[in-house]
Formats: sequence, C-alpha cells, structure tokens
Amino acid sequence: MRLRAVDLACIRAGRVVFEGLQFAVSNGEMLAVTGPNGAGKSSLLRLIAGLLRPARGRLMLDGGDKELSIGEQAHYVGHQDACKPSLSVGENLAFWSGMLGGADAASALARVGLHALARLPALYLSAGQRRRLALARLLTVRRPIWLLDEPASALDSAGQGMLCDIIRAHLADGGLVIAALHGAMDIAATQELRLSGAPTIMELEPVP
Amino acid sequence: MSAVTELFIRDLRLAVRVGGGALMGVVFFLVLVALIPFAIGPDLALLARIGPAILWLGALLATLLGFDRLLTADHEDGSLDLILMARMPVEIAIMVKALAHWLTTGLPLVVVAPLLGILLNLEPQATGAVALTLLAGTPALTFIGTIGAALTVALRRGGLLLAILVLPLNIPVLIFGVAASNAALVGPMPFGTPLTILCALSLMSAVIGPFAAALALRQGLD
Repeated sequence: MRLRAVDLACIRAGRVVFEGLQFAVSNGEMLAVTGPNGAGKSSLLRLIAGLLRPARGRLMLDGGDKELSIGEQAHYVGHQDACKPSLSVGENLAFWSGMLGGADAASALARVGLHALARLPALYLSAGQRRRLALARLLTVRRPIWLLDEPASALDSAGQGMLCDIIRAHLADGGLVIAALHGAMDIAATQELRLSGAPTIMELEPVP
Repeated sequence: MSAVTELFIRDLRLAVRVGGGALMGVVFFLVLVALIPFAIGPDLALLARIGPAILWLGALLATLLGFDRLLTADHEDGSLDLILMARMPVEIAIMVKALAHWLTTGLPLVVVAPLLGILLNLEPQATGAVALTLLAGTPALTFIGTIGAALTVALRRGGLLLAILVLPLNIPVLIFGVAASNAALVGPMPFGTPLTILCALSLMSAVIGPFAAALALRQGLD
C-alpha cells in the first residue's frame, strides 16, 4: 500500500496554505508532518481524511480497497477527542468501535490504560485521559492508514511511550501513519515532511 | 450491533442524559400552551375553537428548540468528522440521527398534547384528532429541521438563523395540521384528506431531508 500526493494545494479562506506538495508514504512507514503553527499540518491531515477538498492536485492510494475512499480506510485523531461527556468511557469507545465496524473495545481500553475508568462518565476525564480514549479508537478497528494530529498533546511521558508502542505495532502490522508533530518521536522508518508556512514548493527530506 | 443501531442508541442515550435536552421541548410546549388561556381570557368557546391551532404552533416552536443539538454538538466535539469518515453513507447517518431526534423531541409532544387539550377546553374527540395530526406531522418538522441544522452546523450560536431558515418550510405542515384538526372539530371538510397530505409531507421530507442535509454537510466541508 502506498499513499501518494501529487501537486497538492490547499486554499482556506482565500489564503494559500500550501501548494505543490508532493509526498509518498508506503506501508510500514511514518510520515512526520512538521512546521510552524499555521503551516497547514492539520489541513493536510483533514485533506487526506476527506474532510477538506484539495484546491488542486490529487491524493492516490495504491493497493488499497478500490471500493472505499481514502478517508474510509483511515483513522483520524484530530484536536477534538470526539468524547461525549454524558456517556461513560466504556460507552464512548464501544460506540465508536461499533460505528466503525469493530468489536473489541475492552482490550483497547486496557491497552491505553483506562480500563479502571470504563464506567466513569467521560466528563470527569482529564485532557490527557480524553486523548488516551481517542487513541483507543485506533485499536478497536483495523484501518491501514492512521492520521494523527499532534497525538502526543496532553499525554504524560508514560502515555507518549504507549503512543510510540502502538504506532510501532501498527507499522509492523503493515500500517501507515501520517502524523502532525512538534517534537520528535522515537519511531524508525520515519520520513519528515516540513511545511514551511510560506506558500512555496516543499520538499521531502529524510530524517538524519 | 450494526453501526446503524449503535448510532441510534447512542443518540437516544445522549438525549435522555444530562444536558441532552430531550424534555426541553416538552416543557416549553407545556409553558406556552398553559400561558395562552391567561392571555386570551376565560372564553371557553374561543379557546376550543383556536385550540388546535395553538397546539400546532406550540409544537412547531418546541421542535425548533432542539435542532441546534442535532448536528452542532457532534460538530463541536469532532464526532461529526468521524461520522463523515465512517463507511456508513452520510444520508443514512443523518436519517438515523433524525429518527432518534424525533423519538426524543417530537414524540413526547404528541404524548403530552392530549393533556394540554384539557387546558384549552378541547373535546376528547378534537384532542384525539390533534394528537393524531401531530403524530403524522411532527416527523416532517424534524426532517425539514435537519436540513436547517446541516446548513448552520458550522456557525456558533446559529439557532436563530436556523429558525428563520426552517420556519417558512414548515408552513405547509402547519396549514395541513391545523386544517385536519379543524376538520375533525367542525367540518365541513373530511378529516382524511388533510391528514393524508400531512402523512405525505412527512414521508416526502423523510426522503428529501437526509439527502439535502448530507449535501449541505458535504458542501460545508471546511
């Protein structure tokens, strides 16, 4: 499986966020999207998810399911955690698991360390715990593409370690990860896509 | 459970739990209709004559209250992104959400309408007729409101704009709802004709509403 972007451009509110963007990620690889605030990292992820439309250019998935769009084969963890405060932690995850076509919510909850809180209303979760709950969604249903928007935000160091572990496991399983990052992440097989913030042609550079 | 039932049950749960606001519409309906006799005065004949119209107006305004929860709440916490990305067609998702919304905001209005009929001095037969027309007509209100909810989803505090968009589209439902109720009350029209049209309006909006709302959501991607 290989996800390619050709001459991708994104225009939001009349402003060119980025243009002429090229990259290719294969399964087993992680693409770290970096750059200053407002450079278009989140826009790029939403574009791949199908939640924004590209102004120009194309996204192609080689070797995926032809019947499904790229977004339908992807998990997206955005800034918002999609947790309902009035539902319990377990109910929140079970809903997304069922909605996305998965089954195993309990073990995913244990994997992110929220097992003991399954019956607690999500209202009482801290920001980091809500983020863990959002990450648990990745584990309930297998989707080959993971789109993670600053996944480590609000996570403690143990949580960041857990995040690295599940990303490594996903890559080893033949998955593909595109993550908007600020700090570096200890993942082998990472290439970096640097968005400069200025509307110029951006190039792919390997991580030293 | 399939994705459809998951979504349906989740929306029902959210509606009846804290902050869900399932009963807000009913309470508003109750307050509005209870206030009318105080404003009109103790003219029982007049109240009985305008009773069906008041019940219908009250129900129409009460349904407007809940629409900002239908999609905006999911938009604000990021759930809508995931629903749009799920393999379930957006039209189906909206249909399911609208059904759950009707069950928690529309159906309670039908249930309390007979009780409020007493406040308006309605005959039992007329009360039954109004409840029946509400049962036939409130789904149309919900499905039409879904379009407005989808159009205003990205606006913060879009509630008033939503009301302005949706109310004109609800006028046919109001006309035939009140016409059917009055037909049962005084005649001379047969009760069946406007009721059938009301049912047709509900079925039509059940088809058009989810498609139009899905189109609005897709266009509004940003």
